[in-house]
Amino acid sequence: MLHAFAILLCLQLAGEALVRAIGSPLPGPVIGLALLFACLVSKLPLPEATNETADGILKHLSLLFVPAGVGVVQQLPLLGAEGWKLLAIILVSIALSLAATAITFAAIAKFMKIHDETPEEERR
Amino acid sequence: MINLVDLWVYLSGSPLLWLTVTLVAYIVADAISAACGRHPLANPVLMSVVFISATLIISKTAFPSYFAGAQFIHFLLGPATVALAVPLFRHLPEVKRMFVPMIIALVVGSIISISSAVLLAKWLGLSKLATLALAPKSATAAIAMGVAEKIQGDPALTAVMVIMTGISGAIIVTPLMNLLRLKNYAARGFAAGLVSHGIGTARAFQVNPLAGTFAGIALGLNGVLTAILVPLLLPWLL
Repeated sequence: MLHAFAILLCLQLAGEALVRAIGSPLPGPVIGLALLFACLVSKLPLPEATNETADGILKHLSLLFVPAGVGVVQQLPLLGAEGWKLLAIILVSIALSLAATAITFAAIAKFMKIHDETPEEERR
Repeated sequence: MINLVDLWVYLSGSPLLWLTVTLVAYIVADAISAACGRHPLANPVLMSVVFISATLIISKTAFPSYFAGAQFIHFLLGPATVALAVPLFRHLPEVKRMFVPMIIALVVGSIISISSAVLLAKWLGLSKLATLALAPKSATAAIAMGVAEKIQGDPALTAVMVIMTGISGAIIVTPLMNLLRLKNYAARGFAAGLVSHGIGTARAFQVNPLAGTFAGIALGLNGVLTAILVPLLLPWLL
């Protein structure tokens, strides 16, 4: 667990360093993700608990957005009179893009005869 | 007898109090969400944020003293992003099989997400600053704020749009997908991550691990594509 956490931090650090070095538009953690993925694909020996530690953090991914969410509430006066219009635009825009993305994905998968193998009991 | 006022003054200034409040508020919110069978409206992020914000207002606590404690949780977003490589690797065979649908859905979704927001804002006569803040709303916060700087928008206002998009998307994705009768969980998760970045991904992991994996991929890919597309599309849309 400790070793696994250190690996996550090291790869994030490497990601941040690479971003500064090459001026990439991607955030450091995303580069860190790519680096960890490369380690896994190339079967590099990683600490045993890497999988469990990653799953443990991701299980409570929602928690990590709470401080940023509270920050947003503080900024709400920034929106001023435009607040409701902004919320309405966001809702319509995300409904359109969610539907378009999922329908395109599912339609092409069906056309290519790729089946989704999610077990029935995992569906909600 | 301890003076309660003195005790409060001492504790409210220490990071421990607000770190504890954030963690406990989330544990309670998550328990409520579980008790409601993970109903989309019982979103744990939204419930925690509302509760903590109300506490800050009632106790007249300024955001910087709250964040002095909450930053320890906020910090974990970095390692959590790195950790997304683990489910991605675990589901690699599915990801490979779904490669073509994924890439086409990515391009379609990203263009619709950016252009629908900008065109609606133009149609409703929103200010230039608000319109610019809406354009990268589906990218993860760090990327969206970088894009905002590039297009002379306001990064703080953009961050507000990003979080609003994340929470609203996490709430509407399940009922919308059920309404559309879409049963492909890779497709549902991919849409959640593309539109609602990390918060959509958190929701997808709540629903099922495969959906979460595809959401994580979409979050990464759409972050990159939004950074490329927004500056390209804006001159056409505005």
